Amino acid sequence: MANNVSHITEYRVLGKVLLVLMLMTFLTITVTSFDLGAFSVTIALLIAGFKAFMVLTYFMHLKHESLLLRILVGSVFVLFALIILITFIDYAYR
Amino acid sequence: MSEKHSHVEEHRDDEASKLGMWLFIFTELLLFGGLFLVYSIFRSEYHEAFHKSSLELSVTIGAINTIALLFSSMTIAMALTAMQKNNKKLALLMIGITLFMAVIFLINKYFEWGHKFEMGLYPGSPLMPLLDRGYLLYFSLYFFMTGLHALHIIIGMILLFICLFKVKNGTINNKRYSLLENGALYWHLVDLIWIFLFPLMYLIS
Repeated sequence: MANNVSHITEYRVLGKVLLVLMLMTFLTITVTSFDLGAFSVTIALLIAGFKAFMVLTYFMHLKHESLLLRILVGSVFVLFALIILITFIDYAYR
Repeated sequence: MSEKHSHVEEHRDDEASKLGMWLFIFTELLLFGGLFLVYSIFRSEYHEAFHKSSLELSVTIGAINTIALLFSSMTIAMALTAMQKNNKKLALLMIGITLFMAVIFLINKYFEWGHKFEMGLYPGSPLMPLLDRGYLLYFSLYFFMTGLHALHIIIGMILLFICLFKVKNGTINNKRYSLLENGALYWHLVDLIWIFLFPLMYLIS
C-alpha cells in the first residue's frame, strides 16, 4: 500500500523557507536596481533558480519524494536548458 | 492496516495520482518555458526597446504580488501539513489565507493592467500597431505571459475552493488528502512560474 505514507513537513521548516524566499526577493530587487549590465540578468536568473529550487525541494516535498520523481523533475529542467542552448546557438550562427 | 478486512478494498493509488499531477506540471513548465524562450530571443534582438518598455512596469506592484504568491505558497503547504496532522481547523484557515492572497494578487493585477489600458496599451488597441516592433513584442508578450499566468491563478483558486469544501465536509481528511496535495502542487507551480516572470518582466532593464 503506497497510500499516504508521505513525509510530513513541519510548520517551522515551511516558515524558514518562506523567510529565505523573501530575503532572496529583496536581494534580487536590490541587486537589479544597480546598473550592472549583463551581470544583472545572470544574477537575477541565478537567484530565481535558487528560489525555484527551494520551492521544489521544500514546498513541493521533492526532498522526500522517490528517486524516480526527482530524476523526472530534474530531466525536465535539463531538457529546457538544452532547448534554450540549442535555440541560442541557432540564432547566433545563422 | 489492521482494519483491512473490515471494509471493501478501495481502488485508489495516491502515489500514482501524484505522479500524474507531476506529469501535468511538466507540460505546464514547458508551456511557459516556450514563452520564456520566445521572450529571451526577442529580448536579445530588441534589447533597447525591451529595456525601455520594462521601465513602464511598477516594481512595487510586482514585488507586492511576489510576496503575496510566496506567502500563499507557504500557507497552502501548511494546509497540507495541518491536514496530515488531522488539524482540520488550521487546514481550513490556511486554504482560506491562500485564497485571500490570490485575490490580492488579482486585484493588484487589475490595477496594473487597468493603468496600461488607460495608456492605450492592450492587445488590439489602436495604439499597439503604431509602436515600434520591439515595443509591440514586449507588450504583447507581457500581456500574454502575465495573462496566461493570471488564468492559472484563477484555475488554482477554483481548485483550492473545491479543496476547501471537501476539507469542510470531510471528503478530504487525514487518511485521504490526495486532492489537497495535488491542488497544493498546482498552486506551487503558479508560484514557481511567477518566480521567473517577476525578474524577467519587471527587474531586468
